[in-house]
Amino acid sequence: MEIAGYPLRRLRARAIEGIDAPLFLLALALAAIGLATLYSASYGNASRVASQLASLAMALAAMWAVAQVPPQTLVRFALPAYVLALALLLAVALAGEVVNGARRWLSLGVLRFQPSEMMKIAMPLMLAWYFHRREGAIRLRDFALAGLLLAVPVLLVARQPDLGTALLVAAAGFYVIFLAGIGWKVLAGLAAVTLASLLPLWGLMHDYQRKRILTLLDPSTDPLGSGYHIIQSTIAVGSGGITGKGWLNGSQTHLEFIPERHTDFIFAVYSEEFGLIGNVVLLALYSLLVARGLSIAAAAPTPFTRLFAGAVTMIFFTYAFVNMGMVAGILPVVGVPLPFVSYGGTSLLTLFTGIGILMSIHRHRKLVQT
Amino acid sequence: MRFAELKNYAGELRDFQLRLGIVGLLVLAAFGLLLARFVWLQVLQHDAYRAKAEENRIAVVPVAPSRGLVLDRTGEVLARNYLAYTLEIFPAQVRNLESTIAQLAEFVDIQPRDRARFRKLLQETRNAESLPIRTRLTDEEVARIAANRWRFTGVDIKARLFRQYPYGEIASHVIGYIGRITTRDLERLEEQELDANYRGSDYIGKAGIEASYQQELHGITGLERVEIDAAGRGIRALSRVPAQAGNNIGLTLDIRLQEVAERAFGERRGALVAIEPSTGGVLAFVSKPGYDPNLFVDGIDPQSWEALNNSPDHPLNNRAIAGVYPPGSTFKPYMALAALELGKRTARTTINDPGYFVFGDRRFRDSKPGGHGTVDMYKSIVMSSDVYYYMLANDLGIDAIAGFMKRFGFGTRTGIDLEGEAAGVLPSPEWKQARFSRPEQQKWYAGETISVGIGQGYNAYTPAQLAQALATLANNGDMFRPRLVSHVDNARTGERRYVEPQLVRQVQLRPEHLAVVKHAMAGVNTEGTAARAFAGAQYSSGGKTGTAQVVGMKQNEKYDETKVAEHLRDHSLYIVFAPLEGPKIALVVLVENGGFGARAAAPVARTVLDYFLLGKLPATPRKPAPVAEVRTDAASD
Repeated sequence: MEIAGYPLRRLRARAIEGIDAPLFLLALALAAIGLATLYSASYGNASRVASQLASLAMALAAMWAVAQVPPQTLVRFALPAYVLALALLLAVALAGEVVNGARRWLSLGVLRFQPSEMMKIAMPLMLAWYFHRREGAIRLRDFALAGLLLAVPVLLVARQPDLGTALLVAAAGFYVIFLAGIGWKVLAGLAAVTLASLLPLWGLMHDYQRKRILTLLDPSTDPLGSGYHIIQSTIAVGSGGITGKGWLNGSQTHLEFIPERHTDFIFAVYSEEFGLIGNVVLLALYSLLVARGLSIAAAAPTPFTRLFAGAVTMIFFTYAFVNMGMVAGILPVVGVPLPFVSYGGTSLLTLFTGIGILMSIHRHRKLVQT
Repeated sequence: MRFAELKNYAGELRDFQLRLGIVGLLVLAAFGLLLARFVWLQVLQHDAYRAKAEENRIAVVPVAPSRGLVLDRTGEVLARNYLAYTLEIFPAQVRNLESTIAQLAEFVDIQPRDRARFRKLLQETRNAESLPIRTRLTDEEVARIAANRWRFTGVDIKARLFRQYPYGEIASHVIGYIGRITTRDLERLEEQELDANYRGSDYIGKAGIEASYQQELHGITGLERVEIDAAGRGIRALSRVPAQAGNNIGLTLDIRLQEVAERAFGERRGALVAIEPSTGGVLAFVSKPGYDPNLFVDGIDPQSWEALNNSPDHPLNNRAIAGVYPPGSTFKPYMALAALELGKRTARTTINDPGYFVFGDRRFRDSKPGGHGTVDMYKSIVMSSDVYYYMLANDLGIDAIAGFMKRFGFGTRTGIDLEGEAAGVLPSPEWKQARFSRPEQQKWYAGETISVGIGQGYNAYTPAQLAQALATLANNGDMFRPRLVSHVDNARTGERRYVEPQLVRQVQLRPEHLAVVKHAMAGVNTEGTAARAFAGAQYSSGGKTGTAQVVGMKQNEKYDETKVAEHLRDHSLYIVFAPLEGPKIALVVLVENGGFGARAAAPVARTVLDYFLLGKLPATPRKPAPVAEVRTDAASD
């Protein structure tokens, strides 16, 4: 068979070229879990599922396209992307729009844009590029500079105030710095300083941030307000038991006790309906995904690809851990989606782009460093 | 060197792989922690949580408190609640909204404007559980829907408290209105950490007292523990923490006086503010045209909204606090007071008014051709000589004028308890410097001081500011913050909390200077520009007419009212306090494009004072004088 003069076999080969089967199948399995849970969370209304399917198609296309781009091309975006993201963050600090009491948004006519989202990718990209350039000659002052490159945007985001995103950006940058080989003594020193600065930080926090932390410690203090989410999601998880209540049978979900059940709290729906067994499956899928990502990082040829692959993988882990920890009531409520599962086109697109980058790095592992 | 680098490469790679291993262990540890938590919740504590989920069949439902009432100073209800049935759609549970609405239309009357309003609400409200497609169902409609309930999912009948404004347009700019909580409102509530108390609420104050006293009126949300069936419908209430109704707001406003004032305006545009000088309590507060606040209650339909929003008369603008106008000649009593206080004039100093004042190469006209001849301070106010004040302004200088007027609150927000107050403009060289960007515009010209002296030029104040300044003058310098609310009643305990009069400042004025100005203002109403409007008044009063130019006139060009388009005609102003001794009311009337101050604004003031001081109601609504009658009064203004 031929299509437009090309043998079908060649076309098929071209289409799956660069697609890493384990990564692809793991991400797809997670997305499938997401769709099934979304269907239940929408009470059998298929329109949201259809829209998520459309987003998934787009995200897969983006993944495929990114997988074709060699990392050498990607590295060129590092500095411009970082500078642009930083400039936009400064613009937000000076002229951003205030929503919910936080200055996070930049208005571009009809579009509202959150530069802190961009920083989530630009930060590891920048730091990986920096350490790549310093390969073989990395010294303490390089870590100091990297720390500065990390601290400025993180503080800008934290001041918005958006503590959740600030922590995620900080984590993304920290993974690169850690993997780049920061000295153990320096690390221990930093940890000590961080712990020591927690107390004054409490004083600098906004009231609502403090309240969130206090509510985490004792959700019952605010049952109608911010404690409501945690109380209800913990009940959903706990009442799921070992086997779960069955798909479409979660009473917490279907009696509308779970807020934001399509997005940040979708894990509560899943956990209620599929129980501990379902949770173990989900944890296993994430573990395998992370393992595959780390093995790609281990085999990557250049410092840039190593560091970036490692950081991207760990971002997946961080999101999954923070989200599930939040729903299970051991981490504070921050707006983090469950990767590949939560409803939302933007997050799917970003995540599959990340998968595409990993695939590209894997595919080009044999290329000689230029 | 190269060898060392190569060694570094190898070392870095080994170190990297070690660190990857550590990171991998971190992942395992974190997921292990999660797994432990899951085992704790789902195995060890499962029974407890299963019980809680069962108990969750007992839903905690927020109970919205009933909104506080708004009453006038006599206890007359201006905003109240009534119970009615609405037909509501739960958008999340409905697959096809259009077909559901079409089906519903077979049982109840659903107009295109109901559909349009529903779509608007759907856009404006985030995560609303249910939205009304029809409000105020008749008993028959309720019965018909109830009998056919089984045909529909995601549709229900709800009993809701509705807001009603029995006086309609009257005092609409004071009372304001409520509307459904939009995404924007919700964000603001979340910001203020108030969202928990609004969990059961659908409405929020959007304008007027309803907005500025929202927190008082709202009340405290209660809780009801309701047993619910598998579909989430309530079966029976088990226990409840009752909601605490919102507090009732008692206004200083007198609704009868308000009605008299609004009727006196007729169809004309403008504003009126009446203040009790000794307390700052607002007795009447008019901005015309108004609007019917009842339109907003269930979400205004797009058609009515367009009509209100696009009307050239701007009925939604609160002219009394957000409209700024030049005060015209009503500025003169304050100018005279400034002259006395600053020692630039005595009451007996006279000038010659030939009908114009020459400054540099400019001629400033008096509105009376030929002028008023020899003019002292009394005559300057009574007959409203412009030349007297051109000269005075020139002698005082802009800094002295601005400094004196600032103490009367000109150009400063009064702090009245309504949202959206404008600051106005008290002209000064500093103001001009900050206002303009080009250097040639930033410079203050001495000629500009001259127009400021007769209340024109850059002068721009809200009617509320004019009323506050007048009340301060009438009150011998004690300035109170104007306020609309006299007391707040706790609906549950009946406890009454009075809003204390708030003294802003005491303007230091010599009693003999005040006496001169008040005497002249009394003369305005007995033998001056407002004598005709106040003919036969059975009380003493002190007033001043004013005319605020809308369009600038070229030198020597004569203003002819009949030749100017209606919306470019002068604004008519009148300020008055009464009685002279121990004044009970300070009143500012502004009739937009009403022309000459004595003609349009002063009769409105007379009607209001007659009612307020004597209880006399106007027999028939006063009609504005015909336009053809051009400036026949001997006195100019």
